[in-house]
Amino acid sequence: MTATALKPTDSTDTRQPLCTKADLVAFSGVAAWLTTSQGAVQIALFYLPGHGNELFALDHQDPFSKAYVIARGIVGDIKGSPVIASPIYKQHFRLEDGQCLEDESVQLRTWRVGFQGDEVWVERE
Amino acid sequence: MVNNKMTTPTTSSNTQKLIIVGNGMVGHHFAEQLVESGALAGFEVTIFGEERHRAYDRVHLSEYFSGRDAESLALCDGDYYHTHGIQLRSGEAVTAIDREQQLVVTEQGHYAYDQLVLATGSFPFVPPIPGNDSEGCLVYRTLDDLDAIQAAAKNATNGVVVGGGLLGLEAANALRGLNLDTAVVEFAPRLMPMQVDSEGGELLKEKIEALGVQVLTERATQRIEPGDTSRLRMVFQDDKVLETDLIVFSAGIRPQDTLARACGLTIGERGGVVIDDQCRTNDPNILAIGEVALWNRSIFGLVAPGYQMAKTAVATLTGGDTCFSGADMSTKLKLLGVDVGSIGDAHGNQNPGARMFRYLDPLTQVYRKLVVTSDGKKLLGAMLVGDNSVYDTLLQYYANGIELPKEPASLILPQQSGAAPALGPDSLPETAMICSCHNVTKGSICSAIDAGAADLGSVKGATKASTGCGGCAALLKSVVDHELEARGVEVDKSICEHFAHTRQGLYDIVRVEGIKTFSKLMEKHGNAETHRLGCDICKPAVASILASCFNEPITDAAHVPLQDTNDTFMANMQKNGTYSVVPRIAGGEITPEKLVVLGQVAQKYQLYTKITGGQRIDLFGARLEDLPAIWGELIDAGFETGHAYGKSLRTVKSCVGSTWCRYGVQDSVGMAIQLENRYKGLRAPHKIKFGVSGCTRECAEAQSKDIGIIATENGWNLYVCGNGGMRPRHAELFATDLDDEQLYRTIDRFLMFYVRTADRLQRTSVWRENLEGGLDYLKEVILEDSLGISDELERQMQHVVDSYQCEWANAISDPEKLKRFRSFVNDARPDPSIIMTSERGQPRPA
Repeated sequence: MTATALKPTDSTDTRQPLCTKADLVAFSGVAAWLTTSQGAVQIALFYLPGHGNELFALDHQDPFSKAYVIARGIVGDIKGSPVIASPIYKQHFRLEDGQCLEDESVQLRTWRVGFQGDEVWVERE
Repeated sequence: MVNNKMTTPTTSSNTQKLIIVGNGMVGHHFAEQLVESGALAGFEVTIFGEERHRAYDRVHLSEYFSGRDAESLALCDGDYYHTHGIQLRSGEAVTAIDREQQLVVTEQGHYAYDQLVLATGSFPFVPPIPGNDSEGCLVYRTLDDLDAIQAAAKNATNGVVVGGGLLGLEAANALRGLNLDTAVVEFAPRLMPMQVDSEGGELLKEKIEALGVQVLTERATQRIEPGDTSRLRMVFQDDKVLETDLIVFSAGIRPQDTLARACGLTIGERGGVVIDDQCRTNDPNILAIGEVALWNRSIFGLVAPGYQMAKTAVATLTGGDTCFSGADMSTKLKLLGVDVGSIGDAHGNQNPGARMFRYLDPLTQVYRKLVVTSDGKKLLGAMLVGDNSVYDTLLQYYANGIELPKEPASLILPQQSGAAPALGPDSLPETAMICSCHNVTKGSICSAIDAGAADLGSVKGATKASTGCGGCAALLKSVVDHELEARGVEVDKSICEHFAHTRQGLYDIVRVEGIKTFSKLMEKHGNAETHRLGCDICKPAVASILASCFNEPITDAAHVPLQDTNDTFMANMQKNGTYSVVPRIAGGEITPEKLVVLGQVAQKYQLYTKITGGQRIDLFGARLEDLPAIWGELIDAGFETGHAYGKSLRTVKSCVGSTWCRYGVQDSVGMAIQLENRYKGLRAPHKIKFGVSGCTRECAEAQSKDIGIIATENGWNLYVCGNGGMRPRHAELFATDLDDEQLYRTIDRFLMFYVRTADRLQRTSVWRENLEGGLDYLKEVILEDSLGISDELERQMQHVVDSYQCEWANAISDPEKLKRFRSFVNDARPDPSIIMTSERGQPRPA
């Protein structure tokens, strides 16, 4: 059970490699640290093979319970949009823009993310 | 001399002293109605009960011999009266009523009343036969009577019931329940002379004799004397004799009007306190209700009219305008397992010119009779023996004066193509009585729906319909469904937007087509227009179905995205994102060595420990990345997963049983461990809990579990569909005196049938309440195999049992699966956002 070693990255680079494809779980999520200009952020990465961009990166923190658990929810789709259901109180957040379906004033931050070869790269801002 | 009664502090000058004499079913219902009407505040209520038990269900008295006790037959919780400020004086018989001074007299004292309600009920009629007071001559009316019968049966091999009416056959059932060779002696030429005619009576006799009960009709007992081979000998009019060890008189009831007579109230010629439409006696301060009351020269010996009187009496006392206007004496019974139904003028002798239709099938032993008006348009009465399936429909025709079909006979002929359809709920008028126990009409059901009750359960809650005898359950459901549909409430049973199927439908598809993955199921049966990812409703439901059918590890790659976080990480997520860990402690039995290990693991990983309600130990605050290491240590010490995170078998709670307890009659701990090990790992629509008690004291609280088992001298009594928690429900007695093998087999079938047919997240209690046909249907399916699926259910369960493996042992042997337990894919350090503090010497979330 070793975590993929943190790669030393140049903090001026706008993109950061997070992990490899093998670290992802198809149709589910994993959590990772992302270094941003405001400091380190916990993000949730979702991998939906065959669905649009296939990769989605959102806040890992659940705004309702404040716990860092979003990556451990169930992925699904509601009215055609892929969503993640928080494992604590079950609110749904759209994977594409982080919008909460139950409370329109709540939105998770999202980051642009993609594969580069076998590696997963995220844009920091 | 006025009274030694305690006065409560709430008493004020404007409350009236209300005394209820009698704590039977009707007396209790009166009190209940008083509570529910909100009128209680105006009264200071005292109830006198001659019996030592508080009000109990006399209708189901014979179940006392098949495992129910006074507590489970009781009509309310032990603290019900107290909670509502009502004083119940059980075991205190009223000896006189002083109307002039408005006092009630008992051996303990005098009690003043402003208003008095007589609900003294009736007493069993014992025919004036010489020797009827011999030892071994008993009656069947109260729990104490049943104790006496049980005591007398100890040294007896056979018993006779005098009286072949409704109560007589109930008593015969009770004697059979005590394993006595049983005979019924009836004075009339047939059984149940009030309800059935000679043809029906003959059929009834055949059916009852087929059960091994001897039936002797047209027998007048001349005297009872000591017997030669048995304790007693009955001598009949023709000098024929019958020897027996005990005799139960159950030849009808007489109103218990002694008190009323003695205080000079108006009494009918053949007994009973005369009442008017408001249930008042000739003394304006005294009301009478139930079997002691004589209305329009009739005594009503059924519980439903008694309840109506109770309701009327409450209205009379509180200024309401409800009247008692007689009651329909139609009845639907199952006596010794034989259906008997009687509606209205069943004999056709109260309506001159009435015409009759009869149908008799000697092979299936079914008899049906219709009594109709001379023009053939209205139903006046009906009689059914052997099959009550058309009772509800006929009753609606009768009670609501609905015009009969052109050929009335079609209503009682065997169903075939072209036969008259059953009366649909839309053809019932608003006034149609749906539940006669609680006086609920179709109109009041509609009002409840209009007021917001949107499903069967809410309608039941709002109206109490079908919460009495339950006989109207099927009718109620069809009325509710129909009314909901009529209001445009689409009763959409789809599980979610991804599948146009119920959970039950999906289960059948998976089983029949052998579909083993979610993606395959979605591909073949999902709704095409959606994105096809599924959602947090259907994914866990399908995961559970797949596990029930094939029992593959839930952490396998194909299944892992379907699981709730708790199943994914095989632990229970807490509010700060940490998990709790609950190893299995089967039956609550644990060695000191294992206890030490739990303590060591908790110390090492800084876990908060708490004892659970299911006799296990919960370890809280485990970090995601620590779970595999924690389980490695637990498995090394011999623990296995406890499935506290799954919709699956949780615990089998047990008392210590006969091994240690001086009252225990069976080894409840041993049985609990057997059962827990048999069913551990079974995934179901919701969690399942068991309890096993080693004796009737029920220390394991088995009757609040999905499956409850209570030891008897002869084996195990099985209770099903109980629940604790938010909506407590007593489990119902399902089977008695099972041996170990029978117990496993019955539970195998029961659980698999539940797994197969319940809705998602539906506990057994709610499933049972929504099950059409109720407990009887469940018994038919499980105990009598009416659907012919028992073998299959047992096979399926055996597959689950045989394919069990500890999920945690499976996961920690697979490095791929363990990758999932990293908190971060790019950092092995623990999550700094989880902060603990200390309270009472243990960690807790900050």
